[in-house]
Amino acid sequence: MENNYLADLWNSSPIVCVVLTGLVLLLVESVRRGSGRLSYAVSLVGLASAGVLIVAVGDVAQPAFNNMIVQGPYAQFFTVIFLVTGILTILLSRGYLDRQGIHRSEYYLLVVFAISGMMLLAYAMDLIVVFLGIELMSICLYILAGFMRTRGTSMEAALKYFLLGAFATGFLLYGIALIYGSTGTTNLEQIAKSFAEHSASPMFLVGVSFLLVAFAFKVAAVPFHMWAPDVYEGAPTMVTAFMSTGVKAAGFAAFVAVFMRSFQYAGSPVNDVLAAIAAASMIIGNVTALAQVNLKRMLAYSSVAHAGYILVGLAAGNADGFMGILFYLVAYVVVNVGAFGILSLVEDSNGQKLSYDDYAGFSAQRPFLAALMSIFMFSLAGIPPFAGFFGKYYVFLAAVKADMIWLAVLGVLTSLVSVYYYLRLVILMYFREGSGDVAVRPTWAAMLSIGFAAYLVIQFGIFPSIVVDAALKVF
Amino acid sequence: MTLQAVLFYLLAAVSIASAIMVITRRNPVTSALFLVLNFFSLGGLYLTLHAQFIAVIQILVYAGAIMVLFLFVIMLLNLGDSQSLREVISLRKLAGVGLSTAFLLEIIYILGFRVSDFPAGEVTRGLEIGTVEYIGQKLFTDYLFPFEITSILLLAAIVGAVVMAKRKLD
Amino acid sequence: MDILIASTKIAVVLAAMLTSVVFLVLVERRMSAFIQNRIGPNRVGPYGLLQSVADVVKLLMKEDIVPAKANKPLHDLAPIISIAVAMTTFAVIPFGNAIELFGTTIKLQIADVNIGILYILAITSLGVYGLTLAGWSSNNKYSLLGGLRSSAQMISYELSMGLAIIGVILMAGTLRLDVIVEKQTEYLLGWLPAWNIFLQPVAFITFFIAAFAETNRLPFDLPEAEPELVGGFHTEYTGLKFGLFFLAEYMNMITASAIVVTLFLGGWHLPYADMLGLSGFALSILQVLTFCGKIVLVLLFFIAIRWTLPRFRYDQLMSLGWKVMLPLTLANALVTALILLAF
Repeated sequence: MENNYLADLWNSSPIVCVVLTGLVLLLVESVRRGSGRLSYAVSLVGLASAGVLIVAVGDVAQPAFNNMIVQGPYAQFFTVIFLVTGILTILLSRGYLDRQGIHRSEYYLLVVFAISGMMLLAYAMDLIVVFLGIELMSICLYILAGFMRTRGTSMEAALKYFLLGAFATGFLLYGIALIYGSTGTTNLEQIAKSFAEHSASPMFLVGVSFLLVAFAFKVAAVPFHMWAPDVYEGAPTMVTAFMSTGVKAAGFAAFVAVFMRSFQYAGSPVNDVLAAIAAASMIIGNVTALAQVNLKRMLAYSSVAHAGYILVGLAAGNADGFMGILFYLVAYVVVNVGAFGILSLVEDSNGQKLSYDDYAGFSAQRPFLAALMSIFMFSLAGIPPFAGFFGKYYVFLAAVKADMIWLAVLGVLTSLVSVYYYLRLVILMYFREGSGDVAVRPTWAAMLSIGFAAYLVIQFGIFPSIVVDAALKVF
Repeated sequence: MTLQAVLFYLLAAVSIASAIMVITRRNPVTSALFLVLNFFSLGGLYLTLHAQFIAVIQILVYAGAIMVLFLFVIMLLNLGDSQSLREVISLRKLAGVGLSTAFLLEIIYILGFRVSDFPAGEVTRGLEIGTVEYIGQKLFTDYLFPFEITSILLLAAIVGAVVMAKRKLD
Repeated sequence: MDILIASTKIAVVLAAMLTSVVFLVLVERRMSAFIQNRIGPNRVGPYGLLQSVADVVKLLMKEDIVPAKANKPLHDLAPIISIAVAMTTFAVIPFGNAIELFGTTIKLQIADVNIGILYILAITSLGVYGLTLAGWSSNNKYSLLGGLRSSAQMISYELSMGLAIIGVILMAGTLRLDVIVEKQTEYLLGWLPAWNIFLQPVAFITFFIAAFAETNRLPFDLPEAEPELVGGFHTEYTGLKFGLFFLAEYMNMITASAIVVTLFLGGWHLPYADMLGLSGFALSILQVLTFCGKIVLVLLFFIAIRWTLPRFRYDQLMSLGWKVMLPLTLANALVTALILLAF
């Protein structure tokens, strides 16, 4: 079989472009030491050109490199999410890194490499690529979490994330090995084809459950969420933003690719397990978030809860669920980038000013930012007319259609719980007197990206059809 | 028993025994050395499967390079006081032990007693699959993409190590 | 029968190596004496030939001292690892062409494996355990520093060593050492033997330097640098165990020379020997002798270097390994691959 490497290269050109951006960044740093601003520009240009390429390549599904990856609407959809997240994160990061005194070009390099790892997960058609993508993404994030080397909490976050992440990787690899052992292939398409004859094999099932564990860890679903609060709190805020958006989306890109497109488990015990994980995540995430004082921790538990909502779509396992997951991810990602962006603006150089009380009276000092923050909180709580509402609507609808009404009801109930801790922030900002010593000096890039995120939240909330159409094309 | 079976059981016994020693020895250096022994017996097991390349790489990379660095670190940290590594048994740990034992038994039961459906076709491929030539051929054609990505992965890890280890924060 | 042949080969090679060590030590001492304008050992036996034998006897008679707080099992294990590694590396080196004896063709190589070079790299990479453990288990700061230095040094230079070999592997298209030697029996331009030293000069130089570092010989003998570390990793060793380290060092020298000869100097190939019109058996013997002769020359070079060059400083050693040797070997592998691709 003759491989047409040029065609393969063209099909994978967005990934290649991002990887090349990383290599250029490495060279930039080695030629001009401490050139943070140049790296900032290069990484933005690189990610933007990858965005151009992903449109240019088109949305016809085409396998490349011996069916290791597939370029197509699925990859395209997620890549756009990753690139937008990446660009927003980088725009917000520069001012933040300057304020924290850690503006070094390796930051951009690691973010760019992490994005290439995420893209691999969206492109993956083979479990080997899934593994490499998860590792590439995770290794960059372990480092990013500990990027503030002088701060103990940051190092703690890096170490915890690394140790537990390595453990999860072990599960992933063992699962892949067992699946390979029982099917003789690591290719997702071929596994899907021969699924019927292997689906009951115990070895295969153990492999599937190991993959489930690994993915659940990466998306921080209960009971594999223990790392999330500490890591989210300790990591530099913009890294946390990146983690809770890009990484979560990437984790679900792999989760969905493997579990919905390759393992056809709809209506089997696997879906019950998924439903149980979803239910546990929603309950524990939301209830624990109630008790938090630190906003980063609150958002960490909220991210566990949102993983639960997205898993509802996965547990439903039908076309609506698939569409719901995609919509939910888009809504969740833009909201979280915006919310963490505001947190990073308010945070002072000692890593303080992150608790609820620091936001008392925020609207009086920074009315515009307070308004945007309220939009994000409303969207997270799932209140119309913001994007978060439709996300929840679609996944709960999918659950109802899949005869999992209890899950939908549980979802609605836990959403009600979540309203309390999201709106508490809004109430503090608007109806409490503050001490008035919150010093916010946003860069124009940061304001622009937070504003853009808010714009998207409203846009997708009022006209969900933009995303819905794109998501339907993927299915 | 054929020679191969004898070798297999011998190496398997050594690898299991050394693995147990790794986690039961109180002296970290001794543990590390038993891990080396474990890698060795694994390498031997690969040899009985005609996977010479993997066998040698196992020894070269794991025993020869990675474990040396491990030892290096252990020695520099000077964990001489083995008392500090003594585990205190608590209820939580006991619960953990119970859970993992149950999990282990489950896996043993499933993999050991209910697996009879190994796909025979894949296993009996020729002896050439372990050779350097065959692996190289596969690596640079069918598995070209993962191979290249692995290089990026390692590059990212190196950058990360440098970021973490750099003495000066500039 | 096969087992008999194999054990004979092992016995012969080991005996040859052990005997060579005895004389190698003497040669080194005499040669260093010559370089330093001394006389050197000349009392025991004619021309001092039995000096090494006397040394061995002395070592055997000495008391075996283990420091009070040393880790006894590991203290014992370390020299054993060192000597075992030194003994097993030679297994894959072809010391002659196939020989016809009593109607059977015998390959003059103990183990003919298709991953020959990798085997050598794997085994030599284990040698570092001997030194590191010796350093650690002695419970002595000089020993520990020596052990740590040795592991850092050997790991650093192993990379250059492996990468230098890549050029040779690319030329030969195989990892089998016997095939690599066979490839070198051809002639370039009709007259120059196609030895890899001519085809891969950069690889030869880097490999040779790395071989010095791997055997811990001057100018790379920092693990036992006497002025700073007393005796380095073997400070706390006496008697037989010290003797084993000593033996291992010299055996490693012989093996390293043999590898250099095999990879770069045409192995057992004696140019134009096939024109002499010798019988097959005589030719084989001649080739084995050629192989030994080449090794002796390389060894003499080893010794001459030791007694003429000063020791590196540790940071110089590391920057040489990582900043000069490694890029050089990488570039060599790249250029070799490009040339092979172009033609």
